[in-house]
Amino acid sequence: MRSSLGVTSSVHSGSAAGRPGPASAGAVLLAELTKIRTVRSTIWTLLPTFVVSVGLSLLVGFSFARSSEQQRGGDLPLFAAFFGLTLGQLALVVFGVLVLGSEYSSGTIRATLVAVPQRGLVYLGKVLATGLLALAVAVPTVLVSFFTAQAALGRYGVSLGSAGAPAAVVGACLHLTLLCLFALGVTAMLRGSVRSLAVLLPVFFLGAQGLGNIPKVRTVTQFLPDQTSWVIMHLAGPQDDARWARDYGPWTGVGLLVLWTAASLLGGYLVLRRRDA
Amino acid sequence: MAIGDFRGLFRPPPFPSVTGVIDVRNISKRYGSTVAVDGLSFTVRPGQVTGFLGPNGAGKSTTIRMMLGLDRPSAGEVLIDGRSYRSQVSPLRRVGALLEARSVHGGRSAYHHLLWLAQSNRIPRARVREVLTLVGLEGVSKRRVGGFSLGMVQRLGVAAALLGDPPVLLFDEPVNGLDPEGIRWIRDLMRGLAAEGRTVLVSSHLMSEMALTADHLVVIGRGRLLADSGVQEFVAEHSGSHVRIRTPEPERMRDVLTAAGLRVRTAEDGALEAYGAEAARIGELASAHRLTVHEVSAQGASLEEAFMRLTGDAVQYRAEGGR
Repeated sequence: MRSSLGVTSSVHSGSAAGRPGPASAGAVLLAELTKIRTVRSTIWTLLPTFVVSVGLSLLVGFSFARSSEQQRGGDLPLFAAFFGLTLGQLALVVFGVLVLGSEYSSGTIRATLVAVPQRGLVYLGKVLATGLLALAVAVPTVLVSFFTAQAALGRYGVSLGSAGAPAAVVGACLHLTLLCLFALGVTAMLRGSVRSLAVLLPVFFLGAQGLGNIPKVRTVTQFLPDQTSWVIMHLAGPQDDARWARDYGPWTGVGLLVLWTAASLLGGYLVLRRRDA
Repeated sequence: MAIGDFRGLFRPPPFPSVTGVIDVRNISKRYGSTVAVDGLSFTVRPGQVTGFLGPNGAGKSTTIRMMLGLDRPSAGEVLIDGRSYRSQVSPLRRVGALLEARSVHGGRSAYHHLLWLAQSNRIPRARVREVLTLVGLEGVSKRRVGGFSLGMVQRLGVAAALLGDPPVLLFDEPVNGLDPEGIRWIRDLMRGLAAEGRTVLVSSHLMSEMALTADHLVVIGRGRLLADSGVQEFVAEHSGSHVRIRTPEPERMRDVLTAAGLRVRTAEDGALEAYGAEAARIGELASAHRLTVHEVSAQGASLEEAFMRLTGDAVQYRAEGGR
């Protein structure tokens, strides 16, 4: 019988030898972050989130500053701050799709699963890496949008400490991050970029924002994932007005998005765990 | 403590057994009603190149994907060093694989592709440079893989396989897309890796390629094991080299040869074909029994023909055996 020691010493001569590394979420997270930052096309989708959101805040802020004061009362400064996110979020959704979808289209998913065959672990790494990057984009986007809108509003602008503003800022950051992760979960379920975008973009463009203006349809569309955090961001209209009032409060709305995201990520995990790659 | 430090959970045994043995245990893979792999069992041992041979569609890639945990077997299991791939800790340090299907993002540089692989298995960053030099890609390591030729992508795949300096290596159709120089390079590499005591499994649909590279052959057809033997034994057993005999007394000649323990069949033109002995021995037998012969000639068959015959039989067998 061949001595296993002999084989070990002859095989493990290169510098790759060393301490046997434990399966570690830290290592997987680092690898996933490297993957994201080393594909330019993916990382570039993060920029429009910031540019579009801040740009629209500026425009809406200016336009509100020049129009009469009566409309929307106290919601106006926050509406101006966060309206741009409804468009800027689409880039973040695309990012959430591409992070995983490009692995399927390029075949990298096979290398990924060979390197980390524990599918729960690799998925956790992917979710954490995507979530961290989304949050890293969401926080400056939301803050800069807020201050840009307030500056544009001039004397109508409010401070970060004013009523509802802190909750709105936190809610907006969560909204962007969770929506990105929701898109990631959908992509894990559908296993491809094109399919996922074909499902997500119509929902986020038409379903919610377009059809949402029709009152009857809104009883349903108000529960769509991109809609539920509109209350906390003061985008849903005055909630004391029956025409605009939603069936849930601001934090419940954020909670609903958390549920959407959890369901999507769980569905993605179940598909990744079961399917052949 | 680092996030997800699972040291306590996944502690490897104090002296992990690096046997390098791949143990394929009765695996099957069905896709709906199609059977890609059908009750396959074999063992791949270290210190030699094992050729994994079969016609296209025989189930080679599916088997290798099951070895790597990419596909889940419908039945059976594959153990490497006594454990399934999915339970390997830092698998790139135990098993290196070059897959047939492309698995690199075209927008990423060669260096970055290897970097994230290394990070995922805690392989030192310096090793990335080492393997890039080893496969001759150090000059283009910052270029995006999308602009690489097929041969360069293949070399990058080899670099990824060698990244963890693993004792077990799987190469799925590695010569695809390589020029003659590249083919010789990868052949020498595989032989060198085996000589270092590693386990090397290389799949191919080309018998001629395996004849030059492999020490041992595992031949499959239609997802079933057809042969599992050393290359020399395989040639002796399956090459179909025989002695052709023309004689006016074929019945007596047949009896004599059969009595001598040879396999005999009658060719279409009435000549006899004897398997298992040299022409000289046939001549001696004929003369000892005072048989007239008009022709005694050795008929060779190439390894390629042997392979075709073997896998062709498998197809026939399947066609008759199927419903």
